[in-house]
Amino acid sequence: MQFGIFTVGDIAPDPVTGYTQSEAERIGNIVRIAQKADEVGLDVFALGEHHNPPFVPSSPTTLLGHIAALTRRIILSTSVTLVTTNDPVRIAEEYAMLQHVAKGRLDLMVGRGNTVPVYPWFGKDIRQGVALALENYNLLHRLWREDVVDWEGTFRTPLQGFTSTPRPLDDVPPFVWHGSIRTPEIAEQAAYYGNGYFANHILAPNLHFKPLVDFYRSRFEHYGHGTREQAIVGLGGQAFIARRSQDAVKTFRPYFESYPIFRGSSLDDYMAGTPLTVGSPQEVIDKTLTFREGFGDYQRQMFAVDSMALPVEMALEQIELLGTEVVPVLRKETASLRAPDVPEAPTHSDLVRAKYGDAEPRQPRPNPNRGDNLSGASPYQDSDPDAEARFPQVV
Amino acid sequence: MTVATVQPHDAAGPEQAVRLVVVSAGVSDPSSSRLLADRTAQKAVDLIRASGGSATVGTVELGPLAVDIAQAIVSGFPSDRLRNAFERLAAADGLIVSTPVYKAGVSGLFKSFADLLDNDLIIAKPVVLAATAGTARHSMVVDEQMRPLFAFLRAIPAPTSLFAAPEDWGHSELGERIARAATELVLLLRSGVGSAIADTAWNGYDHRFGGTATRAERTADDVDFSTDLMRLAAGGKL
Repeated sequence: MQFGIFTVGDIAPDPVTGYTQSEAERIGNIVRIAQKADEVGLDVFALGEHHNPPFVPSSPTTLLGHIAALTRRIILSTSVTLVTTNDPVRIAEEYAMLQHVAKGRLDLMVGRGNTVPVYPWFGKDIRQGVALALENYNLLHRLWREDVVDWEGTFRTPLQGFTSTPRPLDDVPPFVWHGSIRTPEIAEQAAYYGNGYFANHILAPNLHFKPLVDFYRSRFEHYGHGTREQAIVGLGGQAFIARRSQDAVKTFRPYFESYPIFRGSSLDDYMAGTPLTVGSPQEVIDKTLTFREGFGDYQRQMFAVDSMALPVEMALEQIELLGTEVVPVLRKETASLRAPDVPEAPTHSDLVRAKYGDAEPRQPRPNPNRGDNLSGASPYQDSDPDAEARFPQVV
Repeated sequence: MTVATVQPHDAAGPEQAVRLVVVSAGVSDPSSSRLLADRTAQKAVDLIRASGGSATVGTVELGPLAVDIAQAIVSGFPSDRLRNAFERLAAADGLIVSTPVYKAGVSGLFKSFADLLDNDLIIAKPVVLAATAGTARHSMVVDEQMRPLFAFLRAIPAPTSLFAAPEDWGHSELGERIARAATELVLLLRSGVGSAIADTAWNGYDHRFGGTATRAERTADDVDFSTDLMRLAAGGKL
């Protein structure tokens, strides 16, 4: 099972000191947090995408590309990549490039995004949000699997003879998770393709997401990807850890109480009624193990640890505790409880092995520029000659 | 006043007692809003019994839920107590909703509670609308504020709206209007038109997966996979 951290890269005034990080500081701190997660042996670091203050990560592939160069082992992911307001062609290109520079340490989570003005700012209609997400992913899925794509849909300009470059690393697309908190159509799409399904599992009552997770599991089985127990499920969670439980509550309380979405809420109610844990490493371990009891064996557990205006030193300490005291125990416990035929979330090397066995992976080599910046009807030396590019006619 | 527990909705059958639920946003004790609703409920029960049927009445008092309601508005998620109230509304055959008028409008507590209901929670449910106020000058609040609200919720408000200013409690006309509204409610319930609409036209309304409505989609078995969006989700085209 994979354990990691996810962040949306928000900035807020520290309620204890009153200090607000600059964008430059926050960007630098996100990099430190990712490096720390790698050092302490966490499996995944996921970065969100926002196009408005007080969030900094508008360009996740740039930041993750930098982080890829500074880390060694950790898988980089997103939480989430906006599949509605981004052009799926750009997602295909940018994340394939990131997958190359990260040497395969990449997957991504696609989602709709819920910040209303972002849709009109990018020329999209939020009322079409679900349809946009579904159609755009359908196209993205093909762009990473077919050298030459002819495509026509409702929302994007049609494509004729299009090749998304670079082709994915080893011609194996990054694994995709679909994030959704309320939409069965998104869970259906994840199930149809045999992709992962992720429930953010924060800010909501315990087990609130179970009906959608169960829906995804049964549809995953329906589409023949495996049994419902073998479906690829990820969950979020939020934790604040200190060696002594009372220190955790004391330190965390001002951050909780001053954070806009929690104002007027009781920390004790949230700890009892939602997946949030504030306490000792053992308490975080115990609470996290209840997720498995509720949702069944699952593949990825992410924690939100650097949000809510926590100073970076405190966030780094959280990652240290998570990586050294919480996750090692959770790894052992979940491994011993796990049904033997439940798979892990696929990594790049798993996917390469599944596609090629012991054979060498495909390495696409383009045909030469024929003088018009195009390589002709067959883009790669080994492209299927039957799948020819039919370029748009310029009259 | 007959107060009985509401049956769980899955226990419903043709021989079951009619389940009425009173929702009162009155906060005094005693509350005239609650009194108006209780009298209407009692009249409806009498009418049902007179024709050989049986009925139960449950009550949802919003005053004790005020903090839960405010927190759910802010956090987006209802407490267990509040969820229980929604489930009781969903399981009801008919509703009697009653609010005091404050500052020329329905009480904020009542509106906040209504704001938290799933859009499909009370589709085609017969409802008696009632309000009380300190002056007869507020008498249009029921028709001008509550009726549009319950129209939005696709409920079936009874034709007669109930309103009581202090002086109304001294006139027999109030009792007559209560009897008229209760009769309308009972006839709507007896006709079965509400459940027939919900049963027949359910897919035509907007729904939330995992919602509280009695017919809400809760598992893959409940979901319609023939919609345009579901076809798109399975690799198809719009």
